[in-house]
Amino acid sequence: MKNLILIFISTVLVNNLVLTYFLGICPFLGVSGKLETAFGMGMAVTFVMTLATSISWLIYHFLLERFGLLFLEYVIFILVIASLVQIVEMFIRKFSPSLYQSLGIYLPLITTNCAILGAALFMVTRNYDFLESVVFGFSGGIGFSLVLLIMAGIREEVNYADIPYAFRGAALTLIIAGLLALVFMGFSGLISS
Amino acid sequence: MAEIIESKIKMKKEFIKGLWKEHPILRQLLGMCPALAVTTSAINGISMGLAVIFVLFFSSLVVSLIKKVIPPQVRIAVYTVIIATFVTVVDIFFKANFPQISRALGPYLPLIVVNCIILGRCEAFASKNSVLVSLLDALGMGLGFMWGLFLLGSIREILGFGSLLGVKMMPPEYNPLIIMILPAGAFLVLGFLVAVMNRLELRIKN
Repeated sequence: MKNLILIFISTVLVNNLVLTYFLGICPFLGVSGKLETAFGMGMAVTFVMTLATSISWLIYHFLLERFGLLFLEYVIFILVIASLVQIVEMFIRKFSPSLYQSLGIYLPLITTNCAILGAALFMVTRNYDFLESVVFGFSGGIGFSLVLLIMAGIREEVNYADIPYAFRGAALTLIIAGLLALVFMGFSGLISS
Repeated sequence: MAEIIESKIKMKKEFIKGLWKEHPILRQLLGMCPALAVTTSAINGISMGLAVIFVLFFSSLVVSLIKKVIPPQVRIAVYTVIIATFVTVVDIFFKANFPQISRALGPYLPLIVVNCIILGRCEAFASKNSVLVSLLDALGMGLGFMWGLFLLGSIREILGFGSLLGVKMMPPEYNPLIIMILPAGAFLVLGFLVAVMNRLELRIKN
């Protein structure tokens, strides 16, 4: 139990996927303009990432490792993620149209979110067991949502400021991300490893 | 004759655009994840750039060759599998021949699979254009990506370690800015580079 809590805290705050591993930067820059969309994206990513790490773990240990197909790792993982996104999309559309309304447009984008594939690869290199992988996937998604929401909140305020031409748009967003990464460095003493 | 000249001009345009006007990192903000993560030194930037050029070149080649055969509904999945195959090739090649670089690039080498530059070029360009033009476009974009990584890596290495490609650049009393090697430095340097790029573009336009 203790190591699960440690994985959660470490993945959400100390080693945030976005701010220390640069995973999922594209949606981080792209959909952080509004709080509402940022929330939708964050929830969709958390959902898919939890499922993706669990299923990749099962496939990696019961198929790839057993039959010596480890060189197929990347091809299989990306296929798992792509088909998972497709299934989740169909499932949500059928059973919860209102959720589909709010998440629908973000789901296809998630396939190319490097945070998901990154989480699956980290899970393998860190030798997590099944439960740890599930918690890792979930906390990775929560960490992503947290940073995305903070960013969206800041950007909604920044919209009212008078910014020099050269810094408008992506340049300023990147600099804000840099400052956020500095702030999150403050958490690094939280867990002594 | 006029046709040949025209097609030559078109080819040149497709090649050049990735180097400056539609620069993948500084203008389109694509492929950010490797760009920020591996550029703690210039040499890492170059190796990542080479890996991306290889994957981009061969994925564009295959996609533009079989574009008529791919059913449109599953095209993205097909592109991803093609890309993942070439990434596996590069990954195994680096692991066997340059284990040190492979370790430095870590998970970011396999993450080329989801690099939006490659999927973006396959979807937006190679699937609609002839083989030769697609290859030129891929080379231009790849080289643009590489010089972007090299620039970012150089700045961070000079400020953070006081050296470039392992050679000392700064006087001995220089106190390295550790922050440049840390993730925060990557965001800050790239932010300022994009701002400089915007400024230059504005000056060229006027």
